[in-house]
Amino acid sequence: MKILTLNFVTCARKACKASPAAFPLRPREAELEIVEQDINPLFVRNVLPRLEWDALREVCGELGLQQLPSTAPSPDDLFTTTPAAADTAMADAADAHEPRPSQLLRDLHTLLLETTMRSGKLVCGNCGHEYAVKEGIANFLLPSHLV
Amino acid sequence: MLPTPSTDHVTFENVYEPAEDSFLLLDTLSSRSEREFLRARFPATAGASPVVLEIGTGSGVVLAFVAANALHILGRSDIMTVATDINSFACHATKKTLQLALASNASENPSAPVPIFLDSINSDLASPLRAGSLDVLIFNPPYVPTEGLPDLSKHDKFNAVTEHGADSFDCNSHMLALSYAGGVDGMEVTNRLLGQIPTLLRKGEGVAYILLCAQNRPDHVKSLVRQWGSGWKVETVGSSGKKAGWERLQVIRIWQ
Repeated sequence: MKILTLNFVTCARKACKASPAAFPLRPREAELEIVEQDINPLFVRNVLPRLEWDALREVCGELGLQQLPSTAPSPDDLFTTTPAAADTAMADAADAHEPRPSQLLRDLHTLLLETTMRSGKLVCGNCGHEYAVKEGIANFLLPSHLV
Repeated sequence: MLPTPSTDHVTFENVYEPAEDSFLLLDTLSSRSEREFLRARFPATAGASPVVLEIGTGSGVVLAFVAANALHILGRSDIMTVATDINSFACHATKKTLQLALASNASENPSAPVPIFLDSINSDLASPLRAGSLDVLIFNPPYVPTEGLPDLSKHDKFNAVTEHGADSFDCNSHMLALSYAGGVDGMEVTNRLLGQIPTLLRKGEGVAYILLCAQNRPDHVKSLVRQWGSGWKVETVGSSGKKAGWERLQVIRIWQ
């Protein structure tokens, strides 16, 4: 399960829907892995307005991942017109002024789309219910007495 | 004609096999009128990436089709797709179908940005999805009228992925029943989802596509949606199996 997905899910119990403590779900005993993905710079820019930034920061904190800035970056922070050092030699004059993904955009891509929870638990901060994640797939089915 | 995603890797003993209803959804979502509707509703210039959720993906053929053809259907490739299914075997099948479809797309157009497949989630309908977070919701429900619904008290046992796979006859018939058995009028599961649509969809923006069969009494379903008020609209946007003036299957679009 991708870190980005955790920004869209909450406790499956009806009773928890109205509780702010139910979101984000807290990862526990998480086994993380990096699954490489092609970068889609436009996506990283356009997903920003869809993010609950504070929830993303919380999840990163719980997982011991990189510290995110306290507020969401602006779209301007995601692109740079300065060629990356390694590209300088090859960049021709026209190319040099094309906006390129900044390091921040690359880091967000890695965090949101490549960092995945292979196994572990997602715990509701309101009711304490634990949802298992196995082989990257979270199980949100509830026992009948909790539905 | 857009290619149908490959589902050759799926075991159809316990996962619903793509059929006429799945193909009607593919045709409807890629029809000129729906492409125009979706492009106008989620203009690429407007920024924010749309979230596309399919409930009960089965093999994943419909969601993979939308993801792989996002540029053609929605006019943009910066979309997020999410899958849910109550059947864990279907969740695994869907994940693979999406990965294959997006990879084959990427190899054909190496320079095109790849749409995002977030995850396959094992859940009842859209129960873990945050309220107001969905832009496009797609549901091919269990719509066949049946006496009662499958017994969920045994679901946990059948749903567990074991080393040998769960290949027993009982498990397979339970999983397949969940994909088609709709109870009274074939509407018991669909009615539950309909009740959640105003909460799940992004306010004023979200749109839902739901497949119905003739026995579901589509005209009655549509009249109930129109009674929600608050500007909710519903229209039949695709149909197949015309027989003596009756559409056997149809896709309705619900939006505000």
